[in-house]
Amino acid sequence: MNLTEPPVPNEPAIAPEPAEPRARVVAGADVAPASPRLASEEVLAVKDVTVRFGGREVLNGVTFTLRSGEVTGLIGPNGSGKTTLLRVILGLQATASGSVALAGGARDRRHPVIGYVPQKFLLDPDLPLRARDVVALGLDGHRIGVPLPSKQRERRVDEVLLAVGAESVARSRVGTLSGGEQQRVLIAHAIISRPKLLLLDEPLANLDIGSAHEVVSLLATVAREFDIAVFISAHEMNTLLPVMDRVVYIANGSAVSGTTDEVIRGEVLSALYGQHVDVVRLHGRVLVLPVTGVTAGGSTHDVNVLPEAN
Amino acid sequence: MGTFLAPVFEPGFFDSSAVNVALVVGAVVAMVSAPVGVFTVIRGQSFAGHAFSDVSTTGGSGAFLVGVNPIWGFVVMGLAATSAMEMIGVQRARSRDVATGIVLGGALGLSALFLYLDATSSSTTGASITVLFGSIFVIDHSTAVITALCALAVLATIVPIYRMLLLSSLDSDIAASRGVPVRLVGVCYLAATSLAVALSAITIGAILSTALLIGPAATALRLTRRPGAAIVTAGLVGIGATWLGILLAYDSFYWPPAGRGWPVSFFVVVLIFVFYLISGAHRPRRRPEPMTPGVPGGV
Ligand SMILES: Nc1ncnc2c1ncn2[C@@H]1O[C@H](COP(=O)(O)OP(=O)(O)O)[C@@H](O)[C@H]1O
Ligand SMILES: [Mg+2]
Repeated sequence: MNLTEPPVPNEPAIAPEPAEPRARVVAGADVAPASPRLASEEVLAVKDVTVRFGGREVLNGVTFTLRSGEVTGLIGPNGSGKTTLLRVILGLQATASGSVALAGGARDRRHPVIGYVPQKFLLDPDLPLRARDVVALGLDGHRIGVPLPSKQRERRVDEVLLAVGAESVARSRVGTLSGGEQQRVLIAHAIISRPKLLLLDEPLANLDIGSAHEVVSLLATVAREFDIAVFISAHEMNTLLPVMDRVVYIANGSAVSGTTDEVIRGEVLSALYGQHVDVVRLHGRVLVLPVTGVTAGGSTHDVNVLPEAN
Repeated sequence: MGTFLAPVFEPGFFDSSAVNVALVVGAVVAMVSAPVGVFTVIRGQSFAGHAFSDVSTTGGSGAFLVGVNPIWGFVVMGLAATSAMEMIGVQRARSRDVATGIVLGGALGLSALFLYLDATSSSTTGASITVLFGSIFVIDHSTAVITALCALAVLATIVPIYRMLLLSSLDSDIAASRGVPVRLVGVCYLAATSLAVALSAITIGAILSTALLIGPAATALRLTRRPGAAIVTAGLVGIGATWLGILLAYDSFYWPPAGRGWPVSFFVVVLIFVFYLISGAHRPRRRPEPMTPGVPGGV
């Protein structure tokens, strides 16, 4: 990590980019912006959010908050509404009721407060974008006109690529990179504009276990060093356990949130699932088992989520 | 130089004002098709691009029937098709091909009727040939002016939305969450495409205009790793194919069957295809050797 605090404030061409959203978000906060580790502050408050698709309630009264510098897992089985919830936060999905409040007030389109890495993101090898071009689009892809050559922008891209450990693939076409490398590039794309909140939708789904652990520890570093609230959705929580400060567990449309120890407990998850489940801790792993799912020799890899059929 | 190249450039090539106009108009059209074509390939909207060429046929043949310059037919029908596709739902990936197909089908039906009426009406003999295969050697002053204005309109549409188009092509949800008006950007891109195709319809004809849109772009995307470089390369490929095509067509007046000349569009399309095949021999390296960080690049 070589990016620490508001970078290069003496460079007029790019200084407004990092400075403004940060200033906006911490406005009124009594924290000196130059301190290396800001006190954790509330970045997002989701309150009583309900989403219906054609009368079917996919989310029902979902409430939680996210804090800067923390990693929060959004855990739930497939189809539980994780992607829907992230799209609500991004303002891409309308809600039936409830509110989403971002620190600093309304979403500012020109100075994004949210970085986003969508689900199942595999890029076309023929896309004529190098990794560094994708990262640069994170800085100014929403702007009008063609980009003019800028040394500062190039340097900023280099810094962020270095920070995510993707500097060696900077000049490769992004679609030819491995899944783990693409995730790093997309994370760089999402954080280069210095958002307060980083949303990642199943970033580990297509990765082998080694790359998954690397990406997870990268995300933890990003949260701490950049003081970003990192929100990671996953249907399997064990890879996230070592870095997860808090968890939002979602099932049957409802969500419970808190620290891992508060939420990942038999009685809490039983109430959420509406049926008895056992939570088993085994060699530092957590298994969430429906009573009917306890079978000898059952795979430990995916039994921590109830089968959808239930 | 002149004597050396005499066998290549048949007598009078550069003296003919028709040839000079053709070279200029051809270059302008190829240049404008490049950025549009690159985005068409990136976005996987070749089918929509092709639909516009059928729509152009309808517009051109209809324009002949009512006795106006076919370029108006190309342009007006192209923009009408843009709105129709947008209304039917070209934005959603799933209904995109359906929307395109419906518009294409309707356009083909109408062009069948118009071309039939053109062919059977004695006052417009040759209309079908002009519409289908272009009229690059008989471009009059007003057509040249309209072409230039349309080319400017395409650039004035594509340049402002350039980065937003790239970001939307990367992922439309990311773009939308960054405040990019994804749908508006998509419509602007479609309108620019319909105009670019209308311009190609003048040079190489309505049915072949997709070739000038897609071919150079696809060739360039095989050779380059960056969008800006892809657009420049596509422009060069398009201009090269057009100019060579014009030269060969001019020379072909001296080929058998003597005094007839082969159509320009044939040469242009064949040359584009040849360029595309040659470019296949050079794929960009999948992975360059590790680079030292900090090498400036630029989009
Ligand atoms: N646009 C939509 N229209 C109708 N139903 C949807 C839509 N998007 C998602 N759903 C449904 O909402 C539920 C939650 O989906 P999703 O948020 O994608 O779950 P997850 O990301 O947790 O797998 C699923 O049952 C899905 O079929
Ligand atoms: Mg999902």
